[in-house]
Amino acid sequence: MIAAPVTIPYVRYSVESAQWWIGRALKSLVETAGIAPRDIDGFCVSSFTMGTDSAIGLTQHFGLCVRWLDTIPLGGASAIAALRRAARAVQSGDADIVACVAGDTNHVDTFRNTLENFSRFNQDAVYPYGAGGANASFALIARNYMRTFGARREDFGKIAVSQRANALRNPHALMKAPLTIEQYMTARPIADPIHLFDCVMPCAGAEAFLVMREDTAAALKLPAAKILATIERHNAFGNDPVQVRGGWAMDVGELYAMAGLKPDDLDFVQTYDDYPVISMMQFEDLGFCRKGEGPDFVRQHDFTIDGSFPHNTSGGQLSVGQAGAGGAYLGLVEALRQVLGIAGPTQVKDARVGLASGFGMINYDRGLASGAAILAGPAS
Amino acid sequence: MDSKSLLDFAGAVASGAVRVIDLTFTLSPDFPVIVLPPEFGQAAPVRIQQISRYDDAGPAWYWNNLTFGEHTGTHFDAPIHWFTGKDLPNNCVDTLPAHDMIAPACVIDCSAQAAQDPDFLLTIPVVEAWEGRHGRIPERNWVLLRTDWSKKNWRDYANLKDDGAHTPGPDVAVMRWLVEERGVLGFGTETIGTDAGQAGHLDPPYPAHHFLHGGGRYGLQCLRNLDQLPPTGAVIMAAPLKIQNGSGSPLRVLALVSAKA
Amino acid sequence: MIEPITRPRRKNPLLRTRLPASPPNARSRTAHGFTRAAAEGRFVLQRCGTCSAYSYPAREACPACLSADLVFVDAPRRGTLLSETTVRVPADVYFRERAPWRIGLVGMECGPTMVAHLHADCQEGKSVVMSLQLDKSGQAVAFAHPEHETANMTDDRQWREMTADPKFRRVLVTNGRSAIGQEAVAALKAAGAATIFVGLAEPWKPFRGEDALRTLQGVEIVPLDVGDEKSVSDLAADIAGKVDILVNTAEHIRAGGLLARRTSVVRDEIDQSYLGFVHLAQAFGPAMRMRGADGVNSAAAWVNILSVYALENWPAYGAYSASQAACLSLSHCLRAELRPGGVKVINLFTGPLDTEWFQTVPPPKVAPRVIANAIVSALKNGLEDVFVGDVAEDIRQRLAANPKAVERELGA
Repeated sequence: MIAAPVTIPYVRYSVESAQWWIGRALKSLVETAGIAPRDIDGFCVSSFTMGTDSAIGLTQHFGLCVRWLDTIPLGGASAIAALRRAARAVQSGDADIVACVAGDTNHVDTFRNTLENFSRFNQDAVYPYGAGGANASFALIARNYMRTFGARREDFGKIAVSQRANALRNPHALMKAPLTIEQYMTARPIADPIHLFDCVMPCAGAEAFLVMREDTAAALKLPAAKILATIERHNAFGNDPVQVRGGWAMDVGELYAMAGLKPDDLDFVQTYDDYPVISMMQFEDLGFCRKGEGPDFVRQHDFTIDGSFPHNTSGGQLSVGQAGAGGAYLGLVEALRQVLGIAGPTQVKDARVGLASGFGMINYDRGLASGAAILAGPAS
Repeated sequence: MDSKSLLDFAGAVASGAVRVIDLTFTLSPDFPVIVLPPEFGQAAPVRIQQISRYDDAGPAWYWNNLTFGEHTGTHFDAPIHWFTGKDLPNNCVDTLPAHDMIAPACVIDCSAQAAQDPDFLLTIPVVEAWEGRHGRIPERNWVLLRTDWSKKNWRDYANLKDDGAHTPGPDVAVMRWLVEERGVLGFGTETIGTDAGQAGHLDPPYPAHHFLHGGGRYGLQCLRNLDQLPPTGAVIMAAPLKIQNGSGSPLRVLALVSAKA
Repeated sequence: MIEPITRPRRKNPLLRTRLPASPPNARSRTAHGFTRAAAEGRFVLQRCGTCSAYSYPAREACPACLSADLVFVDAPRRGTLLSETTVRVPADVYFRERAPWRIGLVGMECGPTMVAHLHADCQEGKSVVMSLQLDKSGQAVAFAHPEHETANMTDDRQWREMTADPKFRRVLVTNGRSAIGQEAVAALKAAGAATIFVGLAEPWKPFRGEDALRTLQGVEIVPLDVGDEKSVSDLAADIAGKVDILVNTAEHIRAGGLLARRTSVVRDEIDQSYLGFVHLAQAFGPAMRMRGADGVNSAAAWVNILSVYALENWPAYGAYSASQAACLSLSHCLRAELRPGGVKVINLFTGPLDTEWFQTVPPPKVAPRVIANAIVSALKNGLEDVFVGDVAEDIRQRLAANPKAVERELGA
């Protein structure tokens, strides 16, 4: 079971450290769950900005005494991976209550430092080209996708504009002004065809949840959601010259089979949206349409909270902000709120089952890590 | 000479009654040096390397390191410089008698001939004609050959052609005669070398070097301001650096001339 | 279609000279396999010795079969431009100042996909030819060229960042007296250098070719005796801010080993070659480093002409070889110190020259004109290590195979 969705509201820049944000998230977890810190016996953390710390250093930092510990450096796929590993840990009795936390700070030079020290392939073969982070890499992927499958900027724009509409209902979203398709189309180019509103805004923040057995949740009287299915895949389709699909495409059959559901059964979808093109790819790879039909799918649906395909209901990273590894958790934590029926202003009516996905690690020319989870709330 | 006369002399220098004329070129890296075929060893050119100049290498002082060959700039040749003088006693700059460093000079003006002919050679008749006007050259005098060569730009001063340098100097007979018949202390020129530029083709080659140093006499070269000296009556102060076993050295050459001369 | 660059106007003295920035220079140790190739103008990729698969970026094991036997080998250069982007808002200062900057994904015919800088005439979906270049940080990057020559292609803005093209640049050739110096002047002039300053030591000594040199348009003879610190610093005081490329043609070559030689001869070699280099570097290096991003005629390169026997002593010219080894070592120091300015240090390694001082050495010998052309070629292609002529190439290959054998054979 997954419970206690926690979001520490984001800020654009923070003078605090990643450890400060992670500490706030832990505090909020124990308050939400009504437990004491000593009740947490498993801890899993993801962060780009905690310097030389890893999960073990944080146990002493926060006074946690745990019997299961993990540091997950998988970027945008960290939340799904954390959920999977924590669930196995409680399932096998290695831990009873696992706190899964992702948090990052954002100092004025954090983004550049993260880029410079991202990975060896990035250092050797991407960063020297002025790629400046994921923008250029996704520009190359997006341009190839557009040419190959006929996607237009307007299609990506529809995703971004819909998410902004959702974000306007989320008090925690950093983006508070409406976005029109005209504004999207005329925005400043960043790395053709990527323009300003295709990009996420790096910020500081933290997200967290607890993983425990059903009986534990019941004993704590804690509303919890069932984990119906998860998948995880890394470095899939390595021989595709340019990325047109993610690892989901390899495992999507198993995902729905495990959940006993069809894509149509889902009440909402939270895709990993560091760029709209990746969300479009996920509509295909997660089975909502076939490869190449993403643009048409987008044209035929309404992605707002009350629309035909509620998508990234919090506003997603594009409109809420990308709090480093916290961005990986954003969709999953929002999905948890949705199925628990506690999403408040962004609540999809009668949402019972939903999907959240993750994607991350532009190591060289493509995102390597992908994952997805289907959650079911108590009402299902 | 008593002390008073010596002090009178010093007073005369101070008052200007005795003029001090500097016959020296500035010792600098760009001053031409003797050119030998490149397969021979070469005179090291003058190099002035700053050690410090009121900076982090020496906050309050300025000084340099110097490197140069013995035969660079206005310089002195000692007898040991040439094979003909190699076995003579006291033939190095550090052993030569100190009293030789001050001596009178006879200045023979051949500037007109040198202007006509860069390969002009001083001959016995030319010197005899000079003696006819100014008297016999006394023993232990310097003989200085004025050519006004020192007034030229450095390319013309070196005057190198594809068959070597073309600069004036003495012929064989006059050199032997000056050493053996006149007993000169030394021979000085304005050019690079006491010998003419083409003196390698004379017999013996380089007669000034051959006879001067074979006779225990000295050479001075790269002199200037000879046009300010009287034919006779100037006193030359030429004290080379006291270099161990030195064959010569750059030096300051001064001429003392009566203001009335 | 590239617009040809125009001759830069005189600088506006009211404007500050923009200081050079470096593109990101961190690389893994293995990735310097590309640096090595780029320095010599070769294109290499890692190929698996077990399964023959090519891979990129630099790896420690083959992604096809996990063999550790990955070797950098000369690789096919052709590929297809799969996708491109124009980066307009880079995070890095170097690229931010040069934005928009165009890069692309190139699918190499031999397998790997490479992120590469693009020549402006590369077209999406079309064939490109890849090279490895040293960028302004001195590290290797992939650069995609159009398959066929296009108009004004060497004027491409991104390509010029990789090269030290003499076009419209001002060059100092340090010794106009030598045949190499005079040939270098001619070749640089033909390559479009704006001004060529030609150093002349002991100007009172006439020399062959002097009249021709003095009448050349765009050539300015300047007093320069590299062995004399003051002469060098005096010239630098006048022109260091205008020297974009320095070609050190100073030479002092004498035959003979060590035991039969006078110290003074050895010292002459050190004075002219090594100390001359020191004087030039100290006088001109700081200004060049500071002007590494100064527009079309920014400071771009320093060229040394070294004997290949700098790499292994040839006792027949033993002391000379040692003086060259000293210069080689110093060049690596200078290279590191000029790197923040993006100024390349190019070393040309040559075998015996077809000049007076190698008169009795049997052929093959390198004609001065060949050296001159190699200088221009190295500048235009942005190379760092160039082996000129058959002997230099022979020594390079033999050293790569067995340095001890080269030592014994040269000393036989």
